[in-house]
Amino acid sequence: MFKKIAVLALMAGAASQVQAQQLTVVSFGGLNKQAQEKAFYQPFSKANNVDIEAGEFNGEMAKIKAMVETGQVGWDVVEVESPELVRGCSEGLFEPLDWSKLGDKKQMIDSAASECGAGIFIWSTVLAYDSTKLAKAPAGWADFWDVKTYPGKRALRKSAKFTLEIALLADGVSQGQLYTVLATPEGVDRAFKKLDQLKANIQWWEAGAQPMQWLVSGDVVMTSAYNGRVTAAQKEGHPFSIVWNGSLYDMDSWAIVKGSKNKALAEKYIAFANRPENQKVFAETIPYGPTNTLAIAQIDPKVRGDLPTAPANLKGARSVDTDFWIEHGEELEQRFNAWAAQ
Amino acid sequence: MSEVSLTAIDHSTDKNASLKQRLLRAEGSYRRRSMLLIAPLLIFLLISFVLPIGNILWKSFDNPEVVRALPTTLLALQGWDGESRPDEKVFVALVKDLKTAKDEGQIPSLIKRLGYEDGRYRTLLTMALRKLPDDGVESTSRSLIAQSTLWAEPSTWRSIQRAGRTLTAYYVLAAFDHQVDAQSGNIVELPKGQALYLSVLMRTLWMALVVTLLCVLFGYPVAYWLAKQPSSRANLWLIMVLLPFWTSLLVRTAGWIVLLQNGGLINHSMIALGLIDQPLQLVFNRVGVYISMTHILLPFVILPLYAVMKGISPNYVRAAVSLGAHPFRAFWSAYVPQTFAGVTAGALLVFIMAIGYYITPALLGGPGDQMLSYFVAFYTNTTINWGMAAALGSQLLIIVLLLYWVYSRVTRPANPAQRA
Repeated sequence: MFKKIAVLALMAGAASQVQAQQLTVVSFGGLNKQAQEKAFYQPFSKANNVDIEAGEFNGEMAKIKAMVETGQVGWDVVEVESPELVRGCSEGLFEPLDWSKLGDKKQMIDSAASECGAGIFIWSTVLAYDSTKLAKAPAGWADFWDVKTYPGKRALRKSAKFTLEIALLADGVSQGQLYTVLATPEGVDRAFKKLDQLKANIQWWEAGAQPMQWLVSGDVVMTSAYNGRVTAAQKEGHPFSIVWNGSLYDMDSWAIVKGSKNKALAEKYIAFANRPENQKVFAETIPYGPTNTLAIAQIDPKVRGDLPTAPANLKGARSVDTDFWIEHGEELEQRFNAWAAQ
Repeated sequence: MSEVSLTAIDHSTDKNASLKQRLLRAEGSYRRRSMLLIAPLLIFLLISFVLPIGNILWKSFDNPEVVRALPTTLLALQGWDGESRPDEKVFVALVKDLKTAKDEGQIPSLIKRLGYEDGRYRTLLTMALRKLPDDGVESTSRSLIAQSTLWAEPSTWRSIQRAGRTLTAYYVLAAFDHQVDAQSGNIVELPKGQALYLSVLMRTLWMALVVTLLCVLFGYPVAYWLAKQPSSRANLWLIMVLLPFWTSLLVRTAGWIVLLQNGGLINHSMIALGLIDQPLQLVFNRVGVYISMTHILLPFVILPLYAVMKGISPNYVRAAVSLGAHPFRAFWSAYVPQTFAGVTAGALLVFIMAIGYYITPALLGGPGDQMLSYFVAFYTNTTINWGMAAALGSQLLIIVLLLYWVYSRVTRPANPAQRA
């Protein structure tokens, strides 16, 4: 009896080894991952007979660095934000990409085809609020600071990135001037001074699901949030609204971890994810803007208006300056920590 | 009898070896054999305990970035007097080093490390790397200084020298809110807006102390009451105490969020009962952290206290009462002193555990309620500044060891006096 089981188990093990290759893809979890499963993981594994091991992380580069340094690379493809992509690329944590294997580079928007990264989507940090609880609709970050008209707590992401930009935008700095001002010591002081005014009313979030939950529970009246989360909550029937004016957008990219044992398969996967028909499915599941220019025309017009890349939404928006955050990130995060902890 | 056997041994072994030597040898082999027996444990302790902690202590002084990236520059700087502008060869060496470092992917860590000395060096190096002077250029120093006059200042080069030592005090100094001033080279306090860790350390100790006091305050009556119950019922109640103890820490913490938030159960029912009009802010502040940490750590006080109280004979209190003491006086003077061992054991356990708490303050507190481990995690995961993470970790370790030493000094002389 036991022999039989053992033999069966061995056969099953052997069979699965023959049957499918494995690819570990690690992305930011939650709704984003669900959409990736539908648009990329499942069709790719069906078409190529590959088992995709779908992991999640919060973008901590420490894990990737430890893997590369010890040579125990368990992850193949990772989703990273722009500053991490550039930093990781120059530190040698990611494989340089051979774009001849990844599809048509010309189809991709400008910055989406870089040395180590292939853009997945454009996402945006927006102002969101519960429209049933506010008498008057806020128009931008300046209203976020207006505690008289809109009493109650507000939520912001607990990081210098986004928070300092939002503070300066609320203080009347124009989108074009944003990073020029923030690059000066006076600009940073100005941002912190503006934050001082609101500090007692801020509740800080770290995971993208938190601000939505707080809007539902009534802990906060307004919040900064990832636009995809807000639309998803709207679909669930919550009366949330988005203010696109003053939104800050950025791109997430796929990168292959240096020393990945499945590099060829990883390239195949990225090429698959770059295709417009797959990006269309992703954008229709969670409203983040596609990086393949051909995908936009294929997307359901109803969804198109929710994307950060829709022309109306881009009007008051500003892209996050990757170079600025690479150069000043650590210094400003340190100061932000010290400020927040007081 | 012994003489006979001794001479017998004498004959059978080396005649020159004295008895003492042979005894030593026999003991030595016995010791070696017993060492072999505990060797697995020793090796386990060494690998899982001594090495990692040693590594962390080492990491807080380790300083490899500049040494690795700028070897020829450091060599060229050796003959420099430290006051004047360095020779042309230093500039040439720097450009050569930067080119190699660029190919080897060492630039980000180099920029990061020099940026700790002075934030301006980040921009300085980024600018230099964008336009590295060619080999054929007439004067490397002139073209670098044309980019930024910082290259002409001796303090820049002194900083490179300082950052180029194999060991650094930077991380440890920063963990105590101090730094070496880039201009003068003196150790100075961090400016007000940047100083953080001393106040975080104080806050960590204070919060751990408050939680410990709350735990003793709530745990003592519970343990006393439990010890007075008949053992069958006491077991049932003990399981009630242990049940949350066996539940995942994360689940309990998340449970407290649900209970304490503005639209949560506690605020809802208090509003429904008409006790309050506006929801109380019970979570994402200090109150929430205290409530849940006390709840989570309470069993660590109750259990040792219960064990000690179970062993105290009721006769002492009875005798005190029969001698005319008020019941409270009898409890206070005859019972409580006998539970000190349990109180101190439980309190010390809670305090040391509380001092390293991370998840609960991170989820239930605001930014002003984070303890030291939050920043260790921040530097480990987010900014990948492992030197800083190691320095803060060592700081915590040393503080705990110091406290333990103080504790053992304070409690030791008290014991014989008690017995006397």
